[in-house]
Amino acid sequence: MRRAQHTLFGLWAVLGLGIAWAEGAPVWAAEGDAANAELLYKTYCVQCHGATGKGNGINVRDMSVQPRDHTDAAGMVGLSDDRLFKAIKEGGPAVTKSVLMPPWAGVLTDEEVHGLVRHLRVLCACEGRG
Amino acid sequence: MRAAISIGCGLLLAALWAVPPMVANAAGDAAGSALLAEQCAGCHNLTGPAPDTVQAVRARKGPDLFYAGDKYRAEWLTEWLQKPTRIRPGGAFYGDHIVPSQATDKWDQIDTASLPDHPALSAPDARAVSAALMANTPYAERIATVTVEPVSLPIFMGDMLFDKFKGCIACHQSGKDYGGFSGPELYTAADRLNPRFIYSYMQNPQAWDPKIWMPNMNLAAADLNKLVRYLQMIAEEE
Ligand code: HEC
Ligand code: HEC
Ligand code: HEC
Repeated sequence: MRRAQHTLFGLWAVLGLGIAWAEGAPVWAAEGDAANAELLYKTYCVQCHGATGKGNGINVRDMSVQPRDHTDAAGMVGLSDDRLFKAIKEGGPAVTKSVLMPPWAGVLTDEEVHGLVRHLRVLCACEGRG
Repeated sequence: MRAAISIGCGLLLAALWAVPPMVANAAGDAAGSALLAEQCAGCHNLTGPAPDTVQAVRARKGPDLFYAGDKYRAEWLTEWLQKPTRIRPGGAFYGDHIVPSQATDKWDQIDTASLPDHPALSAPDARAVSAALMANTPYAERIATVTVEPVSLPIFMGDMLFDKFKGCIACHQSGKDYGGFSGPELYTAADRLNPRFIYSYMQNPQAWDPKIWMPNMNLAAADLNKLVRYLQMIAEEE
């Protein structure tokens, strides 16, 4: 029974990933995903990046490097989606940036990190070039 | 001072040994457990498991206490419960206490007026509650596998590790009003917490609290030992 449930769960997971990989999220999933990504951002990111994403969170006063302003389109277009994904999952040093940007792989799934990348694109109202 | 504490602990252990342990525990636990259920369960999770969704971790009204015996130093617990002071400058969930800044060159602030004072207990109640809490050790096995290696390190190396190399300072204060606001103050951590818990939590915060907003910083054993030592040094300093 356990095993059957696991197999079933596995199937759903594979299906889910397949959909997530498909070009552009399907309409029926997009709204829930966006809301979830915003909740993640407001739980894990605003402590440094600020309630409005401007890089001025409660923690910044004594930090030696200021967090990136996620609403700054001019700066954010230069960072590709892959680059953002890597920075969030593996932390600043993985993209030759400060350790003050920590790695989130221990808390967030890949799918959740992809959701956050899309949320950053909403905040900057921009697409990545680079 | 250290020696006095050790002797004190020794005497306490001896005393506990002399009384049939089941009887001693049952009496202490009963009064403490009743108090916990009555006055504390509304804000603290006393039974586990830890919240496993983002929604639940944000809604938490106080830190989980169901593994209190794996986490705290008993003496600290008994004292603090009589005279509670602020440990988390941003409250249980910092997100509930932010005043957003509209300007990029000003930081968001913590609305300190919105942080409630913690209820205090009388000395006998604090002792009973502390005993009941310390009996909660669901992770005793995990704690038993931790070995903290004693290391010596100059304080400035500790500062470098904490501030520059690992970036802990972003979320934690390492001295009064120096550091971040979204995590507990750490210049009191060594007074409050079991050193093995400190080690284990830094190694993998999500093993204790799956959705907590402290990331796993992939710390190597050598750094974990140094950080435990550093937290002891800054606790002695303050
Ligand atoms: C402890 C504070 C802190 C937290 C929490 C934090 N960040 Fe950062 N972040 C920083 C800092 C500091 C920088 C700037 C690093 C630099 O410029 O060297 C940064 C930079 C970034 C960048 C730009 C990286 C690049 O390639 O230039 C992205 C994207 C980012 N953060 C996303 C996030 C997301 C998403 C979250 C939440 C999951 C998050 N951050 C949480 C501190 C933090
Ligand atoms: C109104 C909600 C509320 C009630 C009731 C309450 N607490 Fe708390 N408790 C909190 C909050 C919030 C914190 C975090 C305070 C801080 O970090 O500054 C806390 C912190 C603690 C801590 C320290 C935890 C840690 O890991 O730092 C202990 C121990 C504790 N409470 C025990 C108790 C006991 C025992 C009772 C009952 C007598 C109780 N609390 C009643 C909200 C509450
Ligand atoms: C992004 C913010 C953040 C960063 C960076 C961070 N922490 Fe934490 N830390 C937290 C939070 C949040 C908690 C748990 C709060 C709670 O239990 O309510 C915590 C808890 C702890 C605790 C347990 C303290 C207690 O009172 O229960 C220790 C020890 C600790 N962190 C050490 C470190 C060290 C060492 C580093 C650097 C390697 C670090 N932290 C980096 C946010 C952070």
